Amino acid sequence: MIKDHTKKAVISERIDEYFLGVYGAYKFVLRFFKEVFVPPYHFRAIITQSYEIGIKSLALISVTGFIIGIVFTKQSRTSLEDFGAASWLPNLVGIAIIRALGPVLTALICAGKVGSSIGAELSSMKVTEQIEAMEVSAINPFKYLVVTRIVAATIMVPLLAMYCVFIGLIGSYINVHAAETTSFTVFFKDAFSSITFIDLFAATAKATVYGFTIGIIGCYKGFNATKGTHGVGKAANEAVVLAMFLVFLEEVIIVQVSNWVRNY
Amino acid sequence: MEKTKPKAVENQAEPVISILGLHKSFGKLDVLKGIDLTVYKGENVAVLGKSGSGKSVLIKIIVGLLKPDLGSLTVLEKKVEKLTGKELDELRLRIGFSFQGSALYDSMSVFQNLAFPLTMNVKHLDKQKVKEAVEEALEAVGLKDKAEQMPAELSGGQRKRIGIARALILKPEIMLYDEPTAGLDPITSAEINELINEVQEKYNTSSIIITHDLTCAKNTCDRIVMLVEGKFLPSGKFDELFHTDNQQVKDFFSYNFIQ
Ligand SMILES: Nc1ncnc2c1ncn2[C@@H]1O[C@H](COP(=O)(O)OP(=O)(O)OP(=O)(O)O)[C@@H](O)[C@H]1O
Ligand SMILES: [Mg+2]
Repeated sequence: MIKDHTKKAVISERIDEYFLGVYGAYKFVLRFFKEVFVPPYHFRAIITQSYEIGIKSLALISVTGFIIGIVFTKQSRTSLEDFGAASWLPNLVGIAIIRALGPVLTALICAGKVGSSIGAELSSMKVTEQIEAMEVSAINPFKYLVVTRIVAATIMVPLLAMYCVFIGLIGSYINVHAAETTSFTVFFKDAFSSITFIDLFAATAKATVYGFTIGIIGCYKGFNATKGTHGVGKAANEAVVLAMFLVFLEEVIIVQVSNWVRNY
Repeated sequence: MEKTKPKAVENQAEPVISILGLHKSFGKLDVLKGIDLTVYKGENVAVLGKSGSGKSVLIKIIVGLLKPDLGSLTVLEKKVEKLTGKELDELRLRIGFSFQGSALYDSMSVFQNLAFPLTMNVKHLDKQKVKEAVEEALEAVGLKDKAEQMPAELSGGQRKRIGIARALILKPEIMLYDEPTAGLDPITSAEINELINEVQEKYNTSSIIITHDLTCAKNTCDRIVMLVEGKFLPSGKFDELFHTDNQQVKDFFSYNFIQ
């Protein structure tokens, strides 16, 4: 095949590349589900990865969650006071943090921290032939490296999201307490007054989906990195961008679905 | 130090690797264009060839890391292209592969690097057995004191030797060395050559040794084949090739300053 460098050819090549990428990702997801339930399970590696993912993101999530809690409460107060509804503040904050901010914020932070580290680690293993070294030792690298990381991310991101919600509410409480001297129990009772089981379920489910997305995108980009150190940076970068994009996309879809369920 | 031991080929040993009419290309790039090679039990074969001639590709095909486009490949009486995933894994356990770039797992210590293939493949192995096996392999490459170090803390030559130790840990019947002495000083190279010979003698392994280093080829191998433009030139012992009339072989040898 002679390479044609006209504009049309370049565009059609890009389109081919795009669809091949989508097909590759689809096959990757299928392979994950094919292998995740078949032994050996590598529990120890899953625990190590969970620890890595959880601990590495904890500090950032604590700080971000706390600050968002304070700032969001502070900024909302003025609007509510205009309507003489400042006492509704905990309720508003509860809805905002539990339904939206907590899970999405956690997902974005993890997409940045976890997605890039998985992408960089796996791609550098790929370009230095460590993945091939596993294969020739009769160890399934997909199972040992990919499945364990995806499982760990799927478990840890919802846990981190719950933690983020909690920290965010604490931040909010501190702000409310400083302004209105509301007690801790009253604040939390108000914050959860409009929260239903569906909300809690949707928030957890959402975070689980985000965790899975972050894990699978990081692994897909890392595992399929092209040769050379250039490929490592590229894989890490693309993993973050794609994971963030997908998190937003999934957020939009899940909000629609959970609203539909709520009104049903 | 010249090799003087009896040649395995002359003992009418059985073949462990037979390759027939092997082709491999990447897109438009034809790398291997009809390779024939037979390696016999207990024999060391050197593969010489220019950079980029497809030597690494050849041994990656032998362990099933790459698929050939055409041709047949029999390793330890198994037809590689017909194996299922599980059978291929069983075959791979009988082959040791030392990578060109060592390919040590850099998140693991040297000890863990060596223990990994063992603990992942041998069920219910107690810790003491693993420790013994690792120590034996480290002893063989003369790096017993490096067990607790991380790969990043090792020199290139040490990494190479650990890579060989890791390939040896499952006592393979075939060893594939990808440039074991590239970029090493003459003394370390000589040590590695000795190690390769020791492995051959101790475990009666058959090896393919890819190298640019004629000293290595001369001192470790019973037979030398040259990969030129995707095909093997007629093979022979070192001295036969050294005094050949074939211009392509001559070209390769004339750039190496050894007597
Ligand atoms: N996975 C791959 N995809 C595409 N091309 C490849 C791949 N692997 C190898 N090649 C190409 O095949 C050719 C042979 O590569 P190979 O690594 O076997 O060379 P080599 O003989 O081992 O060289 P060196 O002595 O430098 O290691 C090179 O031109 C390389 O670009
Ligand atoms: Mg090579």
